[in-house]
Amino acid sequence: MKMTGAEIFVECLKREGVEVIFGYPGGAVLPIYDAIFQQSHFKHILVRHEQAALHAANGYARVSGKCGVSLVTSGPGATNAVTGLADSNSDSIPNVCFTGQVPSYLIGTDAFQEADIIGITRSATKHNFLVKDVKDLAKIIRQAFHIATSGRPGSVVVDIPKDVGLASCEFVWPESVAMRSYQPVVEGHPGQVKKAVKAMLKAKRPVLYSGGGVMNARGSAELLLKLCHQLNAPVTNTLMGLGGIPYDDSHFLGMLGMHGTYEANMAVSHCDLLVSVGARFDDRVTGRLDAFAPDAKIIHIDVDPTSVSKNVHADLPIVGDVAVVLQQILDEISHQGKTHNIEALKLWWQQIVEWREVNSLGFEQSNEGPIKPQTVIRKVHEITKGDAIVTTDVGQHQMWAAQHYGFKKPHRWLTSGGLGTMGYGLPAAVGAAMAAPDEPIVCFTGDASIQMCIQELATAYQYRQKIVVVLLNNAYMGMVRQWQEMFHESRFSHSYFDSLPDFAMLAEAYGGVGLRADTLDELDAALATAFSTQESFVFIDVAVAKEENVFPMVPAGAALNEMVLS
Amino acid sequence: MRHTITILVENEFGVLTRIAGLFSARGYNIESLSVAPTMDETVSRVSLVTRGDEKVIEQIKKQLNKLIPVIKTEDISFMVHLEREMLMVKVKDSDESLALADEARAKIVDHEQGSYFIAELTGKTEKIDQFLKDIGEKNIIEITRTGPVGMRRGIEGFVV
Repeated sequence: MKMTGAEIFVECLKREGVEVIFGYPGGAVLPIYDAIFQQSHFKHILVRHEQAALHAANGYARVSGKCGVSLVTSGPGATNAVTGLADSNSDSIPNVCFTGQVPSYLIGTDAFQEADIIGITRSATKHNFLVKDVKDLAKIIRQAFHIATSGRPGSVVVDIPKDVGLASCEFVWPESVAMRSYQPVVEGHPGQVKKAVKAMLKAKRPVLYSGGGVMNARGSAELLLKLCHQLNAPVTNTLMGLGGIPYDDSHFLGMLGMHGTYEANMAVSHCDLLVSVGARFDDRVTGRLDAFAPDAKIIHIDVDPTSVSKNVHADLPIVGDVAVVLQQILDEISHQGKTHNIEALKLWWQQIVEWREVNSLGFEQSNEGPIKPQTVIRKVHEITKGDAIVTTDVGQHQMWAAQHYGFKKPHRWLTSGGLGTMGYGLPAAVGAAMAAPDEPIVCFTGDASIQMCIQELATAYQYRQKIVVVLLNNAYMGMVRQWQEMFHESRFSHSYFDSLPDFAMLAEAYGGVGLRADTLDELDAALATAFSTQESFVFIDVAVAKEENVFPMVPAGAALNEMVLS
Repeated sequence: MRHTITILVENEFGVLTRIAGLFSARGYNIESLSVAPTMDETVSRVSLVTRGDEKVIEQIKKQLNKLIPVIKTEDISFMVHLEREMLMVKVKDSDESLALADEARAKIVDHEQGSYFIAELTGKTEKIDQFLKDIGEKNIIEITRTGPVGMRRGIEGFVV
């Protein structure tokens, strides 16, 4: 059947099983928007800024397990999307972004709203495509989804010139997407798996260290839990890996790294076997490299070969899909029929219990206030029983949420880990609400971050999304202020806001419910309102202790066991 | 340490930029890069010379393989292999220079008596360096070099 490029776009998305896309129209994508108007296969969510479209698609992808999809116009529409592309790529979230382009005969002429988005996004995406001929469109869309969702997932751009959307050709759906130059490894090498199991059963002081890979490989969280119970091994999560192990499981040590728990960082510093499961030894995790896990043999399970031995040498690399490799490991354990080192593990756990007693996340909350930010996170945890979908922006509130929320399940923690994008949280919540409209969704944010994408309150209201925004307001760029206090002799260079809006009023202006909490009583009342039935979003502006710092902290360049506890 | 890496890539637009961009984004050096289609027109072959310690070269190879259009890579530095590059040099005409060109078995492809000649020379990088040194900088008007291309010895081919 003959179809226009715009119709092919719609047909391909339908065949890829797309249910929702996030976008913003403009000149170059008008033909595609016209086709979207005339179809009912997927919903289109109209955001207020292209960056938000990408973050929303990212949030949607993380919760639903499907590929995020967004559509923006050429030039500024596409350049606005770049942050979101880099963000998804950094956190390995499958995200396909369709960008409009000026008509092919105008490319290279500095035409109105022309940007070389292929050139601009080359290093911010896993791959990108310029569609030069409508005949290639279906094949390219198929490849884009395949690349975005397989191997180590990431963002993919498909740049469609306006005339390609208008041109027509016979529609041919490619039944397969075999690409000779792209064949991600799925299964771990059996020999390596065998060696890994041997090392795990022999280890005296093992630690499992899991990251975002466990989120991407659906089903692997259960396998990880099984493995840690079988080995009786403690588990620590990276920021991206939170939810990989239920927070209340006795084997969970909390997060590791710069703001990780004392027990997690000490365990990594003293272990004799470190098993990395879908994590990439980021500098925020390792601290000073030469002092990272100095006594440990390192097993690295990762789908991305470039992550292996990039920062830390892996003694035993296993490249493959984390879920598949974990299953291979569990099978091999039963096959070898041996048990872990029970006596040594008893001693190891005694040591870990001692470290736990330091209670590194402890804080004091007086009844008179001020409200401690940690208190807010813990109260939300109690109300939502650790089972809300939690999004954050970037900074102190993000770290407190990571430390104190306590996640029961995977795929419910949405944060910008790699790129550290302020402005991620609210649009991510918008996306999450499309994937799980009936689940409680909380966006923890700060007074600086929220202002980077606050316009998305309008989107949340338009679609009557029941998002609870909890703003930990200290009138500072808190993390910047903390670093200035600690490393720049308290010279608070441009980290304080002399002018902040009345956030509650602003929220009301956008159509939602705006609340302000200055005392613990007001906080309790506001949270009770927020989590009762509401028509749309609720925004709680919480005045928190202004100069509270995030601890523990491993200063940049220090070793993990050189934590500052308070 | 100097490494010569050969890469087979999909012959599509932008591949070279992806490779060059990878090197600049990750702070690796490219000493030379040459690319042309193979017998199979859908495939291009890249010869790339870079420097780095073992860890860096390992990452370079992995990062190259991670690029979607890269089909395969091979570091031929540690294999028995041949390397050649081609030079074209424009030289002020003189009997001495012509004699040197003859001695180096360079081909004279253009010659204007009393004015200049262009010599074409193929060989190992060191041979070309030496030839240019012998001619002398003051006698050279301009040069262009392809950078080395390489191939493993033996019956096996590096093909898709």
